[in-house]
Amino acid sequence: MVTIAVLLKQVPDTTARITVSDGRVDETAISTWVTSPYDEYALEVAIQHKEASGASITAITLGPPRADKVLKDAAALGVENLVRVWDDAWESLDSNQVQAALSTILEGVEADWIYCGKQSADRNQGSTGPGVAERLGMACIVEISDWDVTGAQPSFTRATSSGNERLAPTPPIVLTFTKTETELRRPNVRGIMAAKKANIEVVSADIGDAQVQVVAHNPPAQKPEGRKFEGAESVPEVVGLLRDEAKVI
Amino acid sequence: MDITIIAETQDGGLHPVTAQLVGAASSLGASLTVICPGGAGGEEACGISGVGKVLAVTGDCFATFDGGAWAEALDAVAGGDLVIGAAPTSGRDICSRIAARRGVSIIQDVINLSPGLNITHPIYSGKANQDLTVTGNCVLTLRANTFPPAPSGGTAQLSTVQQSGDVRLAVAEAFARASERLDVTDADIIISGGRGMGHPDNFRHLYEVADVIGAAVGASRAAVDTWEEIPHSLQVGQTGKTVNPSLYIAVGISGAIQHLAGMRTSKYIVAINKDPEAPIFKVADYGIVCTWEEAIPVLKEELSKLT
Ligand SMILES: Cc1cc2nc3c(=O)[nH]c(=O)nc-3n(C[C@H](O)[C@H](O)[C@H](O)COP(=O)(O)OP(=O)(O)OC[C@H]3O[C@@H](n4cnc5c(N)ncnc54)[C@H](O)[C@@H]3O)c2cc1C
Repeated sequence: MVTIAVLLKQVPDTTARITVSDGRVDETAISTWVTSPYDEYALEVAIQHKEASGASITAITLGPPRADKVLKDAAALGVENLVRVWDDAWESLDSNQVQAALSTILEGVEADWIYCGKQSADRNQGSTGPGVAERLGMACIVEISDWDVTGAQPSFTRATSSGNERLAPTPPIVLTFTKTETELRRPNVRGIMAAKKANIEVVSADIGDAQVQVVAHNPPAQKPEGRKFEGAESVPEVVGLLRDEAKVI
Repeated sequence: MDITIIAETQDGGLHPVTAQLVGAASSLGASLTVICPGGAGGEEACGISGVGKVLAVTGDCFATFDGGAWAEALDAVAGGDLVIGAAPTSGRDICSRIAARRGVSIIQDVINLSPGLNITHPIYSGKANQDLTVTGNCVLTLRANTFPPAPSGGTAQLSTVQQSGDVRLAVAEAFARASERLDVTDADIIISGGRGMGHPDNFRHLYEVADVIGAAVGASRAAVDTWEEIPHSLQVGQTGKTVNPSLYIAVGISGAIQHLAGMRTSKYIVAINKDPEAPIFKVADYGIVCTWEEAIPVLKEELSKLT
């Protein structure tokens, strides 16, 4: 049977205000946590793939107990197996540790197709997909924007500098997704009820020592207030400023 | 310290970001080797000031892009305590893999770098910055248009090494892009339209301005989601492209936080919006309260006078 894994991360809602106090982003001030937007596209395609192939899906998240929500939300859409990797001693993990933890779990799952977002909406790194692929000795297609998972040979399209390329890869493989025009499915009542009862397996992993130390978080440099003009008659003045003051045209 | 820089190549030559990588690395006072995947741009790289050595890596695997194969080939020839690449898609992919091969950490999209290895990169889509230090070796990717490029005038030696990697991705079909338009991530000037453009046909006016000044056209998510004619490849923002041009002109875009996430680090921002309260004016260096219907024809005319 075909086995699919999907990596999901819980992140602050994209509209959340990020505040820094004592040199650290204050995560306790964040009220709404969601599944990272790119991961939602990965999950959508994984479910389409499952529907066409009869595969089973294991959703994996790395995070504290609040991250159970992303797994429950995935269960409501029909994902069977839910795994959360965590250890209460973990704080801010570096890329190496995150990948070590996820790879350990993925080795146990023996997935043919590993789906994830192209990057998370909080760290914005894009290291997890290819990094996990390297550790597992797998190929990886990054930033997939189109796909066909209905047939026996799934295919995936990525953008290149001159257009697009469609690839029909042989599993096992890691696939990372960008946002597309696809409508994301919503759970139905039956799914939501089933998700309530779904079991989440919580596991730890050996991740080694941290190599990266966080020194401080800072708010971004504030730009000085700009100038505001009224009406089309101000356009020539603005163009003059772009040329003489900003020197960008 | 020994630093290996992975050149970013483009159309068989060097992408301008490569000189920026050298510029950033030079400040660390180390010996610099530039490696050119597929051998492209080797001669050019020798001419960048501060470069000690250039390795043109040629191998079958460089015929198509397979991050795994490229990383394997490049890692085999790259020495270096520190490996530095550029942050666009392929660079992030290759560098993540090189870090994983070496069991070291990768820090992507770095915007500040200083000796001792102090590293800064944005998190939460630019809503905060994170300062880091690293124990031991690591791999970094740097954000384009952020570090000053190293000047020309270098006289490094070029050597060619034959090295390939295990290719596991084959392209089944390639499609050329319909339009030969500049992509927003490559552009130094961007003019983007939002829902305020009213109709997809009105983007024609933005293309006309873009043609005058060699700009790329971008869009907000609302424009992309509302109108089929506006492709997702134009979308700037949290779930679109992150851009960092010298000039970003936002037309009929309200300035939602997710849009700002993709363009707030632009050097100069011009906003054209009829609503004086639109949040885009908070980040604009020059805000013009006006409808685009009135402003764009004047803008086009004024810009035409410059060229
Ligand atoms: C998870 C998530 C991810 C997202 N990612 C992105 C993203 O990547 N990029 C993105 O852009 N958005 C993103 N969004 C959407 C974002 O929240 C906004 O909805 C979107 O940016 C609004 O686009 P807009 O400014 O074009 O439209 P609107 O907010 O509708 O603004 C239109 C503006 O046009 C002005 N206007 C109207 N008519 C005229 C006229 N004739 N002349 C001049 N001005 C006029 C109006 O005053 C208004 O300010 C995301 C949202 C979510 C939830």
